[in-house]
This record gives sequence, C-alpha cells and structure tokens, in this order.
Amino acid sequence: MKTRIAALVAAGALALTACSSSNPLGSPSAPAPSASAGGTLIVGSQQYYSNEIIAELYAQSLEAKGFTITRQYQIGQREVYLPELQAGKIDVFPEYSGNLLQYLDKKATASTGEEVLAALPAALGQGLRPLTAASATDQDSYNVTADFAKANSLTSIADLAKLNRTIKVCGNSELAKRPYGPTGLKSAYGVDAEVVPVEDSGGPLTIKALEDGKCDTADIYSADPSIASNNLTTLSDPKSLVLPQNVVPIVSAKVNEAAAAAIDAVDAKLSTEELVQLNALSVTKQQSSAVIAKAWLTSKGLLG
Amino acid sequence: MNYFTEAIAWILDPANAEGSGGVWARSAEHLWYTLLAVLLASVIAIPLGYLVGHTGRGRGLVVASTGAARALPTLGVVTLVGLILGIGLVAPLVALVLLAVPSVLAGAYAGIEAIDPRTIDAARAMGMSDWQLLTRVEIPLGLPLLLGGVRSATLQVVATATLAAYVGAGGLGRFLFLGLKTQDYPQMLASALLVVLIALILEALFEIAERVTARRLHVV
Repeated sequence: MKTRIAALVAAGALALTACSSSNPLGSPSAPAPSASAGGTLIVGSQQYYSNEIIAELYAQSLEAKGFTITRQYQIGQREVYLPELQAGKIDVFPEYSGNLLQYLDKKATASTGEEVLAALPAALGQGLRPLTAASATDQDSYNVTADFAKANSLTSIADLAKLNRTIKVCGNSELAKRPYGPTGLKSAYGVDAEVVPVEDSGGPLTIKALEDGKCDTADIYSADPSIASNNLTTLSDPKSLVLPQNVVPIVSAKVNEAAAAAIDAVDAKLSTEELVQLNALSVTKQQSSAVIAKAWLTSKGLLG
Repeated sequence: MNYFTEAIAWILDPANAEGSGGVWARSAEHLWYTLLAVLLASVIAIPLGYLVGHTGRGRGLVVASTGAARALPTLGVVTLVGLILGIGLVAPLVALVLLAVPSVLAGAYAGIEAIDPRTIDAARAMGMSDWQLLTRVEIPLGLPLLLGGVRSATLQVVATATLAAYVGAGGLGRFLFLGLKTQDYPQMLASALLVVLIALILEALFEIAERVTARRLHVV
C-alpha cells in the first residue's frame, strides 16, 4: 500500500512538473543559442486537443530536421494567440483557413476553399505568411442520427426543408450569431432553424441531446471522431454554407525554406481521414499529442 | 471603463429587454432557478440539520459528506448529470442543490448547537417533550443562524446559476456564454452585472429578514 501511495505521489509530482514546463502563460524559455542546423523556433497551438496534435506534428518534424523547438501549447483562442504571432513571439501555428480569414477580415467574401486560401496572405499582413494548406479540414458540420436521416431520407442540409417545421440545432450559443447559423440556413437552404444552446462545442452533452431528440441536428466539428463512433450522419453542404476550414500553418519570417519544407511535408500527408484517426487516439486512448505525433510521423517516414 | 459603460448601455437598450430571450425574462429565469435550488436544498437540509442539532448524533458523518459534496466542481456535476439525464434544467438544478445543501445544513444544526445548554435544560425541566423543545425553543432560537446559512447558500447559487445555460437551460448565463464566444464583452459584463444586481437585492432582503427575526427574538 505504501509503495502504491509513493508511486501516486511521484506520478502527481511528475504531472505537476509537466504542467509547469508547458505553462502557456509563462514566458518562453530563453531561446538558447544552439548549434543545431536550423536554430530555434517556437511552435504554438490553440486550446483544442486536435490543434495541439497538429502543432506537435510540425514540432517533431522540425526537430527531425535539426531545429530546436520551444513548445507553447494550449494558448486560448484566436484573440489571445494571434497578437502573440503578430508580435513575433510564436513562429509556427496551425490554423483553420476559413475562421482565420473571417477573424482577420470581417468583410471577407471568399466562399470556396481556394478563395479563402488566396485571400489569406493579404489578410495576414506583414511578418506572417501561410504555408501550403493540408487537405485536412476541421469545420462545423450539421449532423443527424442515422435513424433520423433514414426516416426522413436526409443526405443534405437542403433536405431539412422537407420537414416543414422549425429545425432545432444543438450547438454552442454563438452558432445563433454565425453566418452559417440559422440566418445562413434560411437564406441558403430555406430552412427555418433555432439554436438549442449546449456549450460543450459538439462534445458528449451535445451528442446526448441529439440522441435524446432534444434537437434535430447538431453542430459538430467534422474531424471529431465521435461522429463515426456514434454513427451520426453528416449532412452535405452543397452550397458551401460553412466556410471551408483547411488546416493551414501560419509562420513567421524566422521560418526559413528548410523549416517550411519540413512543415509542408507533414501537411502533404494530412488528410481529413488521417486527422480524424489522430483525434480518435486522443479521445479514445487518451494518448498525449507527443506520442500520437511520433507514431504518425514514423509511419509516414517523416522522422527519417 | 469603456466596457463598463457599454455594458450599462447594453442592459438599458430596449432591444435587449423584451421577449422570451430578453433581459427581463432571463433575469426572472435566473431568479427562479436560484429560488428553486435553495428551496429544494432547504427541504433536504433543514430537517436533517435539526435532527443532527437536536440529537447531537451523526454530526461528523453529515458534515463530512456534505462538505465533500461541496468540493465537487459544479461544472463537472452539471456535465455528469447532463450526460445521464440529458440537457435541460435538471442537471444544473442537481448541481446547484448540491452546492446549497452544506451551507443550509450548517446553519440549521449550528443554530441549535449554539443555544446555551442551560436553556435546553430549563426547557426539559419544565417538562417539554422533544417535539416541544424543538419547535418552541430550538427552532426559534436557531433561526438567525439558519437564515445566515440560507443567505450564504443563496449567494453562491445565484452566482453559479449561470451554468444552467451550459446545458441548454436559460438564465443570465445565456448572455454570458454568448458574449464570451462572440467576443461581445459588453454583453458578457452586462450579464455579470445583472447577476450582481440580483445578488445584492437578495442580500438586502436577507438583511431585512435577519434584523426582523433578531428583533423578534429579543422581544420574546
């Protein structure tokens, strides 16, 4: 018993030190002048597990190419980390094309994936640039239960109009204000909708509410493994109501060609299916981003 | 200061006031959730507290278990109960009642425990039954401390009831979450100010109630 307690204490202490070393509020440990080939780069990530996995993919592939990496993960949301990027305190950050563009340019009119990516460099301004986007996307999507889809023969968002009533959508409260929320559903598809707010960003509470019939459809991120594990049907979006969200790395001027090549190599292999599988390892097996990234990069031969 | 004035303007904007999702309706919901949670907690905790205070038994067990319940993170309880029972008012209500019970319970038994033992002895010497002792001596004398317990429970619940919005119920938390997620900080601050306002009003009512009971006790 005693040894078990000792082990627990030790594990706790380890967890604590692990926390303190990745404290997102702490100042980045002074970039030590290293003898490595590429110098030191700081990689950041959002407070979103999937984003951290992508950041770790970049970090480890850069390390394999001789760069020294300082990790600054779990930095809140866009309004927190973007100023840090612009101030040059972070060099590499995985982003999502559509939301980033909408954040930078509220009047952006781009609607297709290509248009969004084309508009990004100008919107980012000086000092930052996007690298080549991955084919992987992680975006809001409307999902229904398989039974509900079958009973009403639903495959696209447009089919919801056939129900001839106000559709209830489970999602975060801000969905009510988003362009792809009720206003967009009405203007693009003629679907009347209202939001049932469940504030866990398409997490288990949202899925429970959907399965309980508290709502007809739920807004869940498309790379969320729970869509498949709960046998949900994602409604297609033929009119591109939801702005495409390709994974795209945003980098500072410190990222040279060798570093950019290392990051591009990751994105070239990162499809949505791969991203869902990476996320599933985190959600179902509780693996850390470092473990998940190492296994994936090794299997793709990117650590050689 | 800028956010502050914008928040006040947001509250006073007639466009935000009316309707089922307006300031008035959400404030009423918030108050209703608070009163309901404190009422349910009182129904559970007051009889239990009196039992513990009157008999002097089970104090350790009751105090430890409710104290432990108090340490439960409320958002965790909301999520957990929500996953079992689904979204709606039940999950946050369970969490709020759990939050309120320890304070009410402590007020109930402490009120009785604080009575001078000589008073109890005197009442028994007069031939009072247990029931008479409880209803005529212990409950009236314990009232100020009980009210204090209910007061602190209410204050905690009114501040935490914003979590109801996390699982689809209403209340002032709706403005809070929406403001947070859409970077509409004036709206967020406005909902926080409204919660503070409701808390202050309830505090004032408790203050009056406590003074009235204190005065009555002195007269009797």
